[in-house]
Amino acid sequence: MTYTAKFRVWRGDDTGGGLVDFAVEVNEGEVVLDIIHRLQATQAPDLAVRWNCKAGKCGSCSAEVNGLPRLMCMTRMNTFAEDEVVTVTPLRTFPVIRDLVTNVSFNYIKARQIPAFAPPAGVAPGDYRMQQVDVQRSQEFRKCIECFLCQNTCHVIRDHEENKEAFAGPRMFIRLAELDMHPLDSKDRKVEAQEDHGLGMCNITKCCTEVCPEHIKITDNAIIPMKERVVDVKYDPLRWLGSKIGKRPGL
Amino acid sequence: MSVTAPGRAQIAAKTLRTDKWWLQPLGTVAVLLSFIVYATWRAFEGAHYFTEPLISPFYSPCLATSCVEKSSLLGTPVGAWWTLSPALLILVFPLGFRMTCYYYRKAYYRSFWQSPPACAVGEPHKKYTGETRQPLLLQNSHRYFFYIGLVFNTLLTIDGFLAFRDHEGNWGHMSVGTLVLLTNATLLWLYSLSCHSCRHAMGGRLNHFSKHPLRYKMWTLVSRLNTHHPKFAWFSLIGVALADYYVRCVATGAISDFYFF
Amino acid sequence: MSQIERHSYDVIVIGAGGAGLRAAIEARSRGLRTAIVCKSLFGKAHTVMAEGGIAAAMGNVNSNDNWQVHFRDTMRGGKFLNNYRMAELHAKEAPQRVWELETYGALFDRTKDGKISQRNFGGHEYPRLAHVGDRTGLELIRTLQQKVVSLQQEDFAATGDYESHLKVFAECSITDLLLDEASGAPRIAGAFGYWRETGEFIVFEAPAVILATGGIGKSFKVTSNSWEYTGDGHALAARSGSRLINMEFVQFHPTGMVWPPSVKGILVTESVRGDGGVLTNSEGRRFMFDYIPDVFKKQYATTEEEADRWYTDPDNNKRPPELLPRDEVARAINSEVKAGRGSPHGGVFLDVSKRLPAETIKAKLPSMYHQFKELAGVDITAEPMEVGPTCHYVMGGVEVDPDSTAAVGVAGLFAAGEVAGGMHGSNRLGGNSLSDLLVFGHRAGLGAADYLQGIAGSRPSVTPQMVATAEQTALQPFHNEGGENPYTIHAELQQTMNDLVGIIRNGAELAEAIARLDSFKERVRAVKVTGGRAFNPGWHLALDLPNLLLVSEALARAALMREESRGGHTRDDFPGMDNQWRQVNLVCRAEGDGIAVEKQPIPVIPSELLGLFEVSELEKYFTSAELAGLSTGGAQ
Repeated sequence: MTYTAKFRVWRGDDTGGGLVDFAVEVNEGEVVLDIIHRLQATQAPDLAVRWNCKAGKCGSCSAEVNGLPRLMCMTRMNTFAEDEVVTVTPLRTFPVIRDLVTNVSFNYIKARQIPAFAPPAGVAPGDYRMQQVDVQRSQEFRKCIECFLCQNTCHVIRDHEENKEAFAGPRMFIRLAELDMHPLDSKDRKVEAQEDHGLGMCNITKCCTEVCPEHIKITDNAIIPMKERVVDVKYDPLRWLGSKIGKRPGL
Repeated sequence: MSVTAPGRAQIAAKTLRTDKWWLQPLGTVAVLLSFIVYATWRAFEGAHYFTEPLISPFYSPCLATSCVEKSSLLGTPVGAWWTLSPALLILVFPLGFRMTCYYYRKAYYRSFWQSPPACAVGEPHKKYTGETRQPLLLQNSHRYFFYIGLVFNTLLTIDGFLAFRDHEGNWGHMSVGTLVLLTNATLLWLYSLSCHSCRHAMGGRLNHFSKHPLRYKMWTLVSRLNTHHPKFAWFSLIGVALADYYVRCVATGAISDFYFF
Repeated sequence: MSQIERHSYDVIVIGAGGAGLRAAIEARSRGLRTAIVCKSLFGKAHTVMAEGGIAAAMGNVNSNDNWQVHFRDTMRGGKFLNNYRMAELHAKEAPQRVWELETYGALFDRTKDGKISQRNFGGHEYPRLAHVGDRTGLELIRTLQQKVVSLQQEDFAATGDYESHLKVFAECSITDLLLDEASGAPRIAGAFGYWRETGEFIVFEAPAVILATGGIGKSFKVTSNSWEYTGDGHALAARSGSRLINMEFVQFHPTGMVWPPSVKGILVTESVRGDGGVLTNSEGRRFMFDYIPDVFKKQYATTEEEADRWYTDPDNNKRPPELLPRDEVARAINSEVKAGRGSPHGGVFLDVSKRLPAETIKAKLPSMYHQFKELAGVDITAEPMEVGPTCHYVMGGVEVDPDSTAAVGVAGLFAAGEVAGGMHGSNRLGGNSLSDLLVFGHRAGLGAADYLQGIAGSRPSVTPQMVATAEQTALQPFHNEGGENPYTIHAELQQTMNDLVGIIRNGAELAEAIARLDSFKERVRAVKVTGGRAFNPGWHLALDLPNLLLVSEALARAALMREESRGGHTRDDFPGMDNQWRQVNLVCRAEGDGIAVEKQPIPVIPSELLGLFEVSELEKYFTSAELAGLSTGGAQ
């Protein structure tokens, strides 16, 4: 079951770099990250790669394998033919630091701009009561492991660096959806999602959902419902009228 | 700017994908273009859309005075001044529903507008503002098209039931044409009811499902349908074209509608 | 020498897992300017791997639960070697710490009446673990991470700077603690480290350091721990003059994946068993019934019929032996495999598919389903998993004052979470780790705040000499000539520990291990790295090696000295538990280039706490002399 695979790994930093060819041993049951580690241990000791848990739970080893954003620890080698060249590059939406490691601070800066959970007034710790059906939508979004593959694949910023200012990205949209759907959050997130975080820039082409290793239905369960909630408060004249008459308070 | 913006790993290729990523957008373009060509031709044709008891979904409800006799379920309120094909009066609604549909938006943004053509494949545009400006802000009207779509679905369902008649209008008969119209109506219902706006209206806007058990149940049901929305979108699109084509074939006499009883 | 980046803070928290973040939140809330320094990105800490839940006696599912029962379970699990005060504080404060998380935005699974749901777990008498499916650790980390962000947002509103009072230094490793010894006894003056990204050095000046670095799993070959678990905090504390206790106790989680090789060791959560998974050997036998030790005979079912009834009627039946404490299950699996009744890849079978419908499995154990499907190509709703023991957790750690978490021996040093020792005794119960992080993380923040108040006018200072020495040590691997590659040394060290200091130990092998570890010292000193300083993983590993070696030696030496079997320490040559040994903690100190171990009497458990147990149970752990002394103490 052991064979020698052809790998092409991007090596370099922000001053330049390129794809470097390697021939490397592959054994049964291995994943791309194992092969990168073997390269480190045997051929390129200073090959930079970020990783932690090796089980698809921490979201550290994000990279692009044959052009597709993936977690290296969850990309099994048996998905490639033995004679196939496997190309591994860093995420292409964020600035590169070195080799496969990129600077993902964009995501942390954006996260900081989203107002935190606003606890309900007058409810003491221990007195929170929520029904399972009311929390499960938000729970789906809290499965996010922050691998930032969705942010990386989103063409809004991948192909348009200048949009990074105005656009928070799919990871932040599920955070906004999580909070807006939270049964006890006391803040309204709809208008700011549209006006401050660029929800309207999303054209729901769903690549975020396609690459999500946690299989979170980012587009269908977070972005589109948020767009619909925004319509409720911004673009639906009937609902607007309804809220003015006071028939539908609080929606 | 593009994926090679300063500071990023300098890789010239627009994509390093090795799979046939272009297949899907290509397929979408092919199917949608075929439909547009066919639908445009049929909409302007203004003929062969009715043969008792069958009416083409492209022409129902037929609202102009020029409509073929007996084809107007709701009468002809538009009057005689309308001299173009009566299909053009109504097609804007189903067209609007599909144009603003969250699934079709994905499909045509990817395939026609190439924004992006596929995941992690560079797009050709220099600038991108998404749906933040006109005319794309109009996409937010989807729910209204959804409501109107429900009216159309009802009418087309009635058309299907009216087809339990024979050429003379006697009840108690059923033909292939009946099945065609009813199948078409069913697919349209599935497409409409699985729509994201429908899901939102049923319960998506609520934060406390536990206080609205009935709406939660409906939301759950629509959510389940919603996962098949793309499938229903395609099936109902092809279905409506086929239904129209079948009616046309019967109306021109190319085939005769086979009656089961 | 170029100018080194310098920062001044009130407190430096090393580690951004559950304990570190909770400590930082508390420190900042008490007004301290706080820095969090972590080796990985913010939010990636190993805490995310915790699956089962957070143990806290809230009594939401079974109202009979309370802190006394939790305390009893914890002491029992630790075979009464726990620091009783830590176990007491932990049991009392855990519910408050969990409830607090909800105010930060955590979304636990719910009971029917809307409270936090609690699940069964090995060693816990009642359903006690607050959980979110099987990703509780992720929820904990994300919640604390978001609380940190929310505090930063408050600071931004007040000062215009998000990082004015609480800053995260991510991908930054600390290599040395800087000590002010001007007044005799060592005091923390700061910390020295490097940015992983650039390789540039960084100096923190701060009178207080909270260690929250987690464990030592990377000294072993088969481990559930991530690369970060190199014993940094243990080593930093020992080298600065503090002490490590209970280092011989290492928990081998009974169920790690055994195949494919690349994921060998990765955890299979105990909830699989809590939710109905059974362990069988190659003959199809539920072998755990053969391994119920006498001390547990009263709490566990002895027939399959009774065990099966427990899943639906836990009040009237005893629990299945699959839910025995982890050390028991790990040893049982080890014995089955050794006896030739193992699975094809050297483990045993864990099967949940026969008891639960596929949909339930996917809902209750989503990440397990996912993990096996994607990493091993196994569908756990239809077929059994193959599992075997994996190094999971070190009970040993920095000796601390239970109330303040202050490390013994160094003023201004605190430790919380896995890096601290004592709380779990000889064996930790599942679910007690996450609650430990919260309870003692919180206390560490308070402890540091109190300490700072106490030293108000006399902050220690960092001298250029300290920095120069630390810098020289860190750069040495680049200057070494002819040394080995760090990966080779690390792999061999792990193999040695796995082979000789593993789950079943004996005197001869431990002595052999100590001899071999000695020979590693020169190899580690001479380690050679190539390449530059920017994001160079070879260099990073080279700097971790001394830490790994130090904790390995502490472990091996303590294991050799303790001549009995108890919890996470099993000696072939001393198979029984010895009540004399219960009265002793083994304490490790750094001495020269090695470790010295000595015995230290364990704190005496006050009678009101002992009174929570039946005398018949205490007799299993305490000497008759000890029990005689407490006859007036109110034990029932």
